[in-house]
Amino acid sequence: MTGRVFIAAVLAALLAPALADEIPRAQRRSGYDAMSPQTRAMQDNESENPATLWVLDGEASWRKPEGEANKSCADCHGDASSMKGVAARYPRFDAARGKPVDIEQQINICRVERQKATPFAYESHELLAMTAFVARQSRGMPILPDKAAGAAKTVAEGQRLFTQRRGQLDLSCAQCHDDNWGRSLGGASIPQGQPNGYPLYRLEWQSVGSMRRRLRNCLSGMRAELWPVDAPEYVALEMYLMARAEGLRMESPAVRP
Amino acid sequence: MARAALIVALVAGVACAAHADELNVFVVENDGIPASLTGASGDATRGRAIVVDRQTGLCLLCHAGPFPESRFQGNLAPDLAGAGARWSEAQLRLRMVDARRLNPDTIMPAYYRVDGLSNVARAYIGKPILNAAQIEDVVAFLATLKDTKAR
Repeated sequence: MTGRVFIAAVLAALLAPALADEIPRAQRRSGYDAMSPQTRAMQDNESENPATLWVLDGEASWRKPEGEANKSCADCHGDASSMKGVAARYPRFDAARGKPVDIEQQINICRVERQKATPFAYESHELLAMTAFVARQSRGMPILPDKAAGAAKTVAEGQRLFTQRRGQLDLSCAQCHDDNWGRSLGGASIPQGQPNGYPLYRLEWQSVGSMRRRLRNCLSGMRAELWPVDAPEYVALEMYLMARAEGLRMESPAVRP
Repeated sequence: MARAALIVALVAGVACAAHADELNVFVVENDGIPASLTGASGDATRGRAIVVDRQTGLCLLCHAGPFPESRFQGNLAPDLAGAGARWSEAQLRLRMVDARRLNPDTIMPAYYRVDGLSNVARAYIGKPILNAAQIEDVVAFLATLKDTKAR
């Protein structure tokens, strides 16, 4: 690269607007709004929603004693109604650990520290089932992002990741999900990338999956390097997306195309 | 002023990265690249196949165009119908090679650039989206799209 071209590239980078515009609050839409009536009905009717199978498995393991402590979730938390609103508030900044924790990580913290059991693997049926069961208790509740002092730094980091171009296709999340939502990408409507339905049953996956899995799909589509599955980048993006979705109603476990 | 850029793949951060392919030298004049990247003319028939292939050209993810057999087309970007009437081959070539030289905010990826990117998946490091011959095939095809009439 010649010096002149390098200087031009640096200048172009400096002159480019740093951030895309976020979606105004009045225009925030759940992915549900763009779905067909059939897919909406599948989500709304619990006996048709395939994720109900995961919820039922999660409910069974809620009551099952586990680990060296031989304790169940219910032994500490009681009835699942104690989980009402929890998923609408995660990820949260964990002051004791000095880092943000998403709901899957929180479940595993309980497993290791309270139950003295082995943590569930990311994307395992057991973790998805427990997460779906816990998140189910927040259905219909508005997202309440963590506004603690420690959370702000992670939200900012998530926003940086969301607006940073990456991969061979040199795209950012924001270029599709802030700037072009509602338009057609190869025939599919681009959603706003709202986090209010996770974990969710995706028809394309034929399975329930986490937001982490969805983020990895997008990274692959950009032809970008995937972060390791336990990387803090996913939690930062989740935390930013929850802040960006403040007030949207939880639909977990949602159904999406 | 003509700007010459020898584009060399820059691979940072990955100690064992594969040796990056070097791209052919090209010269930008005004808002175009007048000379073929390969020195030869492209093949419009092959170019059409690249455009409609959703894994290779990726074009119809964002663009629509006169491709009746392709049911799912995008609308993030201008319709390709009439592209050959709106632009010269030189202009089409630069818009393919690196549209960001013309508009740094465009969503159009640079199809023939390997530097200035971040977090590229290992399998794609040092590789442009299309190679020089494929770019020329697509340019040759787009130049045939003279008809701007709605389909």
